[in-house]
Amino acid sequence: MFQIIPERNQLVVAKLTENFGEAIIHDEMLSDMLCITVSKEVIQQVLLSLHDDNELQYNFLTTLCGMHYPDKDELGVVYHLHSFVNNHRIRIKTATALSDPRIPTATSIWPSANWMERETYDFFGILFEGHPNLKRILNVDDMTDFPLRKDFPLEDQTREDKDDSMFGR
Amino acid sequence: MAKGVNTDYWDKDIVKAEEPKEYNTLNVGPTHPATHGVFQNVMLMDGEFIVSTEQTIGYIHRAFEKIAERRPFYQVTPLTDRLNYCSAPINNMGWHMTVEKLLGIETPKRVDYLRIVIMELARLADHIICNSVIGVDSGALTGFTYIFQDREFIYEIYEEICGSRLTTNMGRIGGFERNFSPKVWDKIRHFLKTFPARLKEFENLLARNRIFMDRTINVGAFALDRALAYGFTGPNLRACGLDYDVRVMNPYCSYEEFEFTVPVGQSGDTYDRFMVRQEEMKQSMSIIQQALDKLDKMEDKETYYASDPRFVLPPKEKVYNNMEALIWHFKIVMGETDIPAGEVYHAIEAANGELGYYLVSDGGRTASRLHFRRPCFIYYQAYPEMVQGNMLSDAILTMSSMNVIAGELDA
Repeated sequence: MFQIIPERNQLVVAKLTENFGEAIIHDEMLSDMLCITVSKEVIQQVLLSLHDDNELQYNFLTTLCGMHYPDKDELGVVYHLHSFVNNHRIRIKTATALSDPRIPTATSIWPSANWMERETYDFFGILFEGHPNLKRILNVDDMTDFPLRKDFPLEDQTREDKDDSMFGR
Repeated sequence: MAKGVNTDYWDKDIVKAEEPKEYNTLNVGPTHPATHGVFQNVMLMDGEFIVSTEQTIGYIHRAFEKIAERRPFYQVTPLTDRLNYCSAPINNMGWHMTVEKLLGIETPKRVDYLRIVIMELARLADHIICNSVIGVDSGALTGFTYIFQDREFIYEIYEEICGSRLTTNMGRIGGFERNFSPKVWDKIRHFLKTFPARLKEFENLLARNRIFMDRTINVGAFALDRALAYGFTGPNLRACGLDYDVRVMNPYCSYEEFEFTVPVGQSGDTYDRFMVRQEEMKQSMSIIQQALDKLDKMEDKETYYASDPRFVLPPKEKVYNNMEALIWHFKIVMGETDIPAGEVYHAIEAANGELGYYLVSDGGRTASRLHFRRPCFIYYQAYPEMVQGNMLSDAILTMSSMNVIAGELDA
């Protein structure tokens, strides 16, 4: 369990709602981490203010990953930030419609977001606006699908067109 | 100078024409003995100096995050083995701790200590590989051949505990599959007794070796602010001078009860990375010793799992002889037990940095999304910046000192 610091959580939420108002959609505690949902229009400014604010100093982007919410027809991005100074971690979420999968990039704030955003594009098809080199990273270049979306099937276990008898299956 | 050599024309008659620079392209990898894994670097070379590097990765991508969306929790453990396969037990236990966090399982102290013994042994094995390979890449094979025997001893300990060596699939959600046998303890104690002298011997071969120092000092140096911006963690970040260690910052598995120092370097060069790992091995030995002392002091010698019937498998004797136990075993393994909806992020200090698991469950039988924060994947993207302007042979050393593991890079 990460240490829960209620004052710090309140401070983050207060600062963000003061600066961005309606764009901060939702905040909640999930297990041991504060999770804030932010509208995608301001995501870059929110991340920048978390990074630059003297009291908050979320200087480290721990990880960034994509999400697919098929029932809402949305794609999401989840950022895990870590402030080494205050030893505090938070999670920022944002979402965009499946029909318009554009989200501003975080590479201008953390260069480490470069490959993480490429990976997210590779698997979810989220286009990061302003990314210096947005192309596939783990899959082959000529792939057309985005395999971590929920509608991309894993191999059907009952398929019959493949001859596996050589492998004893 | 030899007699009779006419030096009159030196520096005089040689025409120093400014020729246009010619760059060569060099492929390092995908399969190359010096990359220690399957990844490609296309380097633009000016003679022996690197102008720029373009990386291609993904050659052994196995879609673990997608596969994990269909598999119940126990079947995800073997996938984590294959991330950083040099220290598989750390990954296994990190995954089990993540699930425990989601389910709210409290592990007994004895389980924590047993886990710490195994995790530190795995860290030793990983650092042994990394440091001895730095030696190999700089031309010193001897240390590698000496110290690989000790890695073998560690693998024998794994083998006694879980039956396998490299991809261990060790432990269970809530603890271990069985108690450690007396043979395991004998082997651990034997290892603790013999290893420090052998580590010293290995260090003597390299640490103050003139050739090794010339090859590694100021090679692949990286400034701390760049390292932070590029998401470095683990020994690579500590070599740059910041004492960030998940075991200290966000203690898990009772690490807060242990006393150890976090070694840091200064310049973040290859030599610092080597020395940080070297010192971490000594600290790991001390942690294992402390854990053994704590275990010795405990009255209880039998507890090796948390008593949570939802995820702890019944003993094998019962499974074979008792129908209810067999059904229960089957239900757990096939993922028919209820999982609460929720999401957790859990981070552990793996051998080369912060290994994180972001687990989202919607209450179904499997994770609805599982993301691995793989330290290699994040810090390897700084490689072009680290080697730019260096010589090719130094770039090889830089790569091996970063400990880039292809399995973890490609997931």
